[in-house]
Amino acid sequence: MQIEVILNDKPVVLHAEMDEFLADTLRKHGMLSIRKGCNTSCCGLCTVWLDGKPTLSCNVLSIRANGRKITTIEGAAKEAEAFAEVLVAEGAEQCGFCSPGFIMTVIAMKHELVNPTEAEIIHYLTGNLCRCTGYMGQLRAVKTYLEANII
Amino acid sequence: MKIVGTGIGKIDGMSISTGKPVYTDDLVMPNTLVVKLLRSPHAFAKITVIDVTKAEKIPGVECVLTYKDVPNVRFTVAGQSYPEPSPYDRLILDQIVRYVGDEVAIIAAVDEKTAVKAMKLIKVEYEVFEPVLDFETAQGHASIVHPEDDLHCNFDIGTSKEKNIVSSQKVEFGDIEEELQKCDVVVEETYYTQAQAHCMMETYRAFNYLDHMGRLVVVSSTQIPFHVRRKLARALEMPASKIRVIKPRIGGGFGGKQTVVVEIFTAIVTLKTGKPAKLIYDREETFTCTNSRHAMRLTVRVGADTEGYIRAVDIQGLSDTGAYGEHASTVFMVVGQKTLPLYNKTKAVRFIGNVVYTNKMPGGAFRGYGATQGTFALEAAVNQLAEQLNMDPAELRLKNLIKQGETSLAYDGKLLGSSTLHRCIETGKELIGWDEKYPKVVNGRKVRAVGMAVTMQGSGIAGIDTASAEVRLNDDGNYTLLIGSTDMGTGSDTILTQMAAEILETTMDNIIVNAADTDVSPYDPGSYASSTTYVTGMAVVKAAEELKQKIVEHGAKLLEVLPEDIEFDGQVVSTLTGEKELSLAKLAELMVLGAGNLQLVGHGTYGSPVSPPPFIAGFAEVEVDTETGKIELIDYVAVVDCGTVVNPNLARIQVEGGIVQGIGLALYEDVRFGEKGQLQTNNFMQYKIPCRKDIGVVRVAFEESFEPTGPFGAKSLGEVVVNTPAPAIVHAVYNAVGVRINSLPITSEKVFMGMEKNK
Repeated sequence: MQIEVILNDKPVVLHAEMDEFLADTLRKHGMLSIRKGCNTSCCGLCTVWLDGKPTLSCNVLSIRANGRKITTIEGAAKEAEAFAEVLVAEGAEQCGFCSPGFIMTVIAMKHELVNPTEAEIIHYLTGNLCRCTGYMGQLRAVKTYLEANII
Repeated sequence: MKIVGTGIGKIDGMSISTGKPVYTDDLVMPNTLVVKLLRSPHAFAKITVIDVTKAEKIPGVECVLTYKDVPNVRFTVAGQSYPEPSPYDRLILDQIVRYVGDEVAIIAAVDEKTAVKAMKLIKVEYEVFEPVLDFETAQGHASIVHPEDDLHCNFDIGTSKEKNIVSSQKVEFGDIEEELQKCDVVVEETYYTQAQAHCMMETYRAFNYLDHMGRLVVVSSTQIPFHVRRKLARALEMPASKIRVIKPRIGGGFGGKQTVVVEIFTAIVTLKTGKPAKLIYDREETFTCTNSRHAMRLTVRVGADTEGYIRAVDIQGLSDTGAYGEHASTVFMVVGQKTLPLYNKTKAVRFIGNVVYTNKMPGGAFRGYGATQGTFALEAAVNQLAEQLNMDPAELRLKNLIKQGETSLAYDGKLLGSSTLHRCIETGKELIGWDEKYPKVVNGRKVRAVGMAVTMQGSGIAGIDTASAEVRLNDDGNYTLLIGSTDMGTGSDTILTQMAAEILETTMDNIIVNAADTDVSPYDPGSYASSTTYVTGMAVVKAAEELKQKIVEHGAKLLEVLPEDIEFDGQVVSTLTGEKELSLAKLAELMVLGAGNLQLVGHGTYGSPVSPPPFIAGFAEVEVDTETGKIELIDYVAVVDCGTVVNPNLARIQVEGGIVQGIGLALYEDVRFGEKGQLQTNNFMQYKIPCRKDIGVVRVAFEESFEPTGPFGAKSLGEVVVNTPAPAIVHAVYNAVGVRINSLPITSEKVFMGMEKNK
């Protein structure tokens, strides 16, 4: 079947099987930033924005995205790079495999929360697992990013 | 030093964090076959009938392979230097299946759906045997996991197949029983550690194809490209020269990818079909059909005199290697190797025990590699000893731990080259507030308490693992650094470049680093055994120094002066008097494409006769709810001696990440099997790794030492970081509520039941 979506601000037609999940459809379409880490909606790696809201794309049937606006990290490059620079300076990307999903959640949080407390930051990001960094460096990076009010 | 010691970001950081297509699955070419594996539903069985005719008829299926279709040569998938100390106990596919999830058939099709459809049509009948599921009753069990005659060991590791023993070990210095007799206080306890899962975010995966020469090119998320090549050559009965292994960016490894997990299956499909093939394990397969930390039972006896000198340490172990013997003997050996030297006022120490086969997923290499299990047991026992001696556990350690320049019974007369462990303990005490908080502070039903542990690891495998590096001066004055180590997110490509840049007095961006590709890279065993900073680092230092010397030598020739009359500042070769000079770019041009007629290359090979230990003192503060047993980790302090810190930012993250993985081992990561041997904790809903809310605050400090044998004084860091949380948190929980948990993980249920029992 075909679905029509606005992908990273451009109208596109995506081909997907009836039982296909959005993460797979997007990867087939060249959005290779999208990774799957769990298949059980636990890890946050596959996070994209659906109509601006962070969404686990491995858990959304592609047909459900029909007519909606999808943003991947490829479509949020400017903001993503601004935060990535802080993250990398802190050394807190390590293997980097979970970073795109994490960064999409961080930017969504910045859009959504005004001056979040540390507890609010941790709560917002807690669905994004990372096995490398131990989270502390990521928290430092997020705080630096929010304080600097980059972009 | 200008660059070594600087906390610069990783050279690949921006690409990997913003989702650029640089990992294995991102590089797969179009029209690549998808490989799926049919797996055994039984823990121990023999395939009596296997019929693939229906599966083969599905349109889009390219091949279906069973044990009848694959070479019959036993091999090991453990990523170790040849001759591997792991038994050759595997076939690509075997008629006997030895755990729930063991491979039964390989299916390759044009897409995943077709492959799965075909897989379901394979008809298999099994003769089911009684499995060996409890490692404590494996010895003498009626079932023998590996009855085959062609099981091969490269050398004696104490195998006794008929008893399900893969390795039997004993190391003793002094007379342990005699010394324990003389001790005034002896603690004896038995500890259990679980089969922790690595849970790297990128699961196991590889693809391969035949190149223009008909050679097999394997692109794999691996820590061990050269070992993969050698193992494929043996298993597939083809020359290693026909195989090329490329490691792209890796999404984490933690030792799991020090074992050849998927490559053999894709390789045989490509060899059979001539077509590219890929295999990606999902999370469930990664949990159930790969490898884990070896579960162990460790009984410790530690004895001291009335003055508080530890005189005897005895560890009796039993390790569960599961269905195959990957890393079985060496992980077990490290239990003793990285614990017995710590307390050097001892008069006798011993490590003894067996590693047994069972019908469960195999153990493998996992960050810490036995030291984690050993540290948990020994340090828990030492904390108990302190209590019985009425001593502060920090004082007991300061009194008994080995110091720089000293030796130890288990140290073979060698002297410890560097250590600031005593300082690490002092600093850690201050940071955690030990003197104010030890042992506990009661606040109504909630009790806060502190606990501690120390640990050591190694840096590379002494006398065995050897790495090479090359640095090349290119035509326009930049350099190429060629290495075979495998940055899996640690930042090793970055810190090795820092070392080369420091010596060549150049900038980071003037060095192109290439790693790892067996066609291109100089040999390196791969990144494991805490070896890359130390072993590969020394190879890089030697290579860069050799190249620098050649630049001076040939610069002198071109300037028509003697080498001793010139200097090189990284950009210009000039005479000491300043009369003549030649820029590096010009020198490079002349050498590579001009009259010099010699492209300058520096080579370095390094294998170390010693494996200098990094040390950590770890301190935990927990809060326990005395009504429910709920444990909250409040604060964790790790003070680290890794020699010189090459890159403080990356080092800090390595420590924080390792501590949190250790916290997972200590508090959350429970491994449960069903009664027929099926793993129940096979996804992130059942197997909980720490999330952001679970870890409290982790704080890291460095107490640098200078390791005389290391690059710029550096030692390793990657593994030692995972060892202290389990014993330190157990200690803190005991200090809080008087419940001693000897079996990991420390769940609230165990604490609650313990409190009930104490009432």
